[in-house]
Order: sequence, then C-alpha cells, then structure tokens
Amino acid sequence: MSETVKNFLYLNRRAPYGTIYAWESLEVVLIGAAFDQDVSLAFVDDGVYQLTKGQNTAEIGMKNFSPTYAALGDYEVKKIYVEQESLDERGLSLDDLQHLVWEDEDEDYAEKDSIKVVSRAEMAAIMDASDVVFSF
Amino acid sequence: MSTLHTVNKSPFEKTSLDACLNHLGSGANLLLIEDGIYAALKGTAVEERVKTALDSVKVYVLGPDLKARGFSEERVIEGISVVDYAGFVDLAAENDKVQAWL
Repeated sequence: MSETVKNFLYLNRRAPYGTIYAWESLEVVLIGAAFDQDVSLAFVDDGVYQLTKGQNTAEIGMKNFSPTYAALGDYEVKKIYVEQESLDERGLSLDDLQHLVWEDEDEDYAEKDSIKVVSRAEMAAIMDASDVVFSF
Repeated sequence: MSTLHTVNKSPFEKTSLDACLNHLGSGANLLLIEDGIYAALKGTAVEERVKTALDSVKVYVLGPDLKARGFSEERVIEGISVVDYAGFVDLAAENDKVQAWL
C-alpha cells in the first residue's frame, strides 16, 4: 500500500431517499475508510437534509440508513462540514441534525463533535484545499 | 377538468415545483411527494411562494415521505394537508387526471 496520504472530500448535495446518491456516497466513504486516507465529508445545499434526526422510513418501504452517519466516528471519519447558508435557506438549525461524535483515544476516549458548521466561504476554502473531491 | 399535479423533486434541486406552480389552473390540486415534500416545510426560502399558491389551489403532502426525512406534521406550512398512501389514491381517483412534474 502506498505511503502517500491524500485529503479526500466527499461532497454531498442531494436529499436522502428520493435518489440513491446519499446512500451511495456513504457506501463509498465506508469502503474508502479501509485505505487510511484523510477523509472529510461536506454537506451542502440539499445534502444537509441527509443528517436530520428522527428519520423513520417504515411507511415508504426503504431502509433507514441514517444510523450509519452515527457510526462514522468508529471509522475514523471525524471531519463533517455542514454549510450554514444551506441550513438557513431550508429553515434548519444544528439542532435539527443528528449529534455526530467521535471518540478521541488520545484523551481517554472523550467524545468530541464531528460536525462543524462552516460558512459558504469557509466551505469553498475546504474544497480548494482538498486533494480529491468525490461528488454525489 | 380537475387535475392532480404531483411534484417529486426538491425545490432547491430542480425548477419543477416552480414550473408546476406557473401552470396551475383553477380547481387544481397539488400533491408533494418524495423529495418534493421539502417545499411543504415552514421556514424555507420557498415558503412564501408556496403560501401564495395556497390562495388558489389545494396543496397536499405525502406523510410517509415527510417522516422518512425526519419531519413531523408540525413542521408543515399551515393550510397544507398531510395525506397517507390511501389519501394519495383517493386524490388520484377524485381528479380527472394526474400530471406528474419530474
């Protein structure tokens, strides 16, 4: 395996369930987690809807994959960026989203927040700084 | 002729909702399904546009799709009725035709 470590950004811009993009993106993140790269997730535009709390898919006959976001910390995915302006346009606040955490083994497995709400300008800078961007 | 219009895409992803609203005749009914349900929620950038439509047409939203995406009925704009799949069937049967906006 190569020693080069790259910054990977998974860019999510679509709502869950109406199309398969949100689920496919998560699957690629989980598969990619096996390759020890530096992974960040970005949720922009309708992508912010993927992280809402309380998803219950029983009546639409689809698998509820929202618990998978909560498991990301266990896969060492702890940089999850959510765009403020995208939340604002949709009348959402951080409180509407799942509380995603990761455990810092260097600090006695203390729970830390994985989600960072950033401005559109900050998001642009994050994209610019990434070596690779996967768009979904 | 009464038409049931359905919109299944998010108003932020596609212009389908806007196109539909621009073509509603009097007596039309609009049902928001799948990702289209996001237009039924309070506090969004399209809320006013949707509220204006309520002045002339009946607007419905599919409950199961709201719940799947994590939203309860309290988050729905006042005046929009929440229906389940049985209600969807009733609306389709009551109207002369169904026009889907994709």
